[in-house]
Amino acid sequence: MKRAARKNVIQALGFLALRLSMALVLAVLILFLYDIGSKGGGAISWEFLSQAPRKGMTQGGIFPAIFGTFLVTVITALLAVPLGMSSAIYLNEYARQTRLTRLIRLSIRNLSGVPSIVYGLFGVILFVNVMRLGTSVLSAGLTLGLMTLPWTITASEEALKTIPDSYREGALALGATKWQTIRTNVLPYAVPGMLTGTVLGLARAAGETAPILFTGAAFYLPFLPKSLGDQFMALPYHLYIMATQHHAILQVRPLAYGTALVLIVFVLGMNMTAIVVRYRLRRKQR
Amino acid sequence: MSTKKRRDIQESAIRAFFFACGILAVLVLVGIFLTLLGTAVPAFREIKIAEFFGHTRWDPTSPEKAEYGLLSMIVSTLMVTAGAMLLAVPVGIGVAAYLSDVAHWRVREVLKPVVEILAGIPSVVVGFLGIVLFGPALAKLFHTANGLNALNGSVLLAIMSLPTIISISEDALNAVPKAYNEASLALGASRWQTLVRVKLPAALSGIIAACMLGMGRAIGETMTVLMATGNARSFPHGLLDPVRTMTANIAIELGEVPYFTTHYYALFAIGLVLFVMTFAVNLAADVVLRRYQEREQ
Repeated sequence: MKRAARKNVIQALGFLALRLSMALVLAVLILFLYDIGSKGGGAISWEFLSQAPRKGMTQGGIFPAIFGTFLVTVITALLAVPLGMSSAIYLNEYARQTRLTRLIRLSIRNLSGVPSIVYGLFGVILFVNVMRLGTSVLSAGLTLGLMTLPWTITASEEALKTIPDSYREGALALGATKWQTIRTNVLPYAVPGMLTGTVLGLARAAGETAPILFTGAAFYLPFLPKSLGDQFMALPYHLYIMATQHHAILQVRPLAYGTALVLIVFVLGMNMTAIVVRYRLRRKQR
Repeated sequence: MSTKKRRDIQESAIRAFFFACGILAVLVLVGIFLTLLGTAVPAFREIKIAEFFGHTRWDPTSPEKAEYGLLSMIVSTLMVTAGAMLLAVPVGIGVAAYLSDVAHWRVREVLKPVVEILAGIPSVVVGFLGIVLFGPALAKLFHTANGLNALNGSVLLAIMSLPTIISISEDALNAVPKAYNEASLALGASRWQTLVRVKLPAALSGIIAACMLGMGRAIGETMTVLMATGNARSFPHGLLDPVRTMTANIAIELGEVPYFTTHYYALFAIGLVLFVMTFAVNLAADVVLRRYQEREQ
């Protein structure tokens, strides 16, 4: 009886420790969001969102940075989404288990672990120097696109895996070719899931700073890029500058908080949309 | 007949296209490696490899004699990473065990996306909070001039690697066959005993892989350490010293270095070291993860 009591006490203490670790993580997240939300909220105004920075960034808004982040994310998507989806189609629909497919999968998993600053170095050589795109919104977008590729492939493959084999067999039995089968019986059902997972990858790319540091982001550029060959301002880089490189760091701190809030809303907004849509899709499939 | 032939050609072309996209990942990975290698090698025309890895002084712009000792930065990187893992591994495994074994399924459905939110916070925002929130708090706590030091970086990197550790560890715990659980409970073990003595050991390889992947992320993280660790180039003696990691050094110096100089090549050599380190960690995690998944099937 005494032993049983001790067993219960130990279990209660153990579970308490587990609950506390969960509470700790929640507390950190709430602290993050509260600090940014409460202090950044005051900086947000229509002027802040719609105007360019003025007077050495101590006044005005962050519109060029919002626009730049949006533009670079579009370029990232244009590179990473079609390539990622096609790659996933190959892996899930065509590939057999060979040494080569194992190598491809291994590469994809390792690519997602390559540090973002290393992608930045690669982008400097490949896009800025070799392809002579210069430090531009195009170079930065392509660098981010390569970085996002492994995530879009993995996400798209997960979506393809959820399509039951009977869909494919039905089409093949009626004499459709492989591609016809994929086009008519697989993709229409898989594309929403593929896009959802892809958005999560794009959200991460939109918040990245290291890969765009040397491939096209500009310190202070109070106008919009006129072409894809121009440099651009981006929200993450702008926040970095405001927090560390500005001569009047304390003076611009409210603006930095405002920028952080806009960046978080931008990135988490994409994340939440994807999570909600994925949740709905899963329930529908059941 | 000719339509069939045309259709066959079309099918092969489509297959070839998708194959090319699939092989792209391999090309990019090899491309990154060869690019780093090719750009790093010229650095060693002037720098001795023994100096690069063995010396602690990094001073490429010195007017007297440029020095390229990476050791302080390697130690700094490893120190910040080790500190992060010390904090993140117990908490991460705790949360994973909570989600898989303690939480009601409704609570779990709510909390899992919350952990994903944490993963979605950009590193530059975490770094910013390191400057405005965690740094000042640490400075007050330990009576240091400012809180921009290795400890600050460790705390922030721990937070950033938590989502990886949690979600993969939880998958590993959930993959433990139900029969193990039931057998243990049937023998009279409590749920806690079952968790600690049956489920955790059974999921151990997956949990180790999760921690290694989290560590890989911490080694390669740039913006957070760049903003929050003080960036001093001296050799670190404790967690309260400001440090400069390898990633932060690339970020600081690449913007100002003239292209195609020894200094420029040396920065790519650091990139190569980082690539090899993270690649080794991720590959090892991958091997562990594959092995245990094969066993499950």
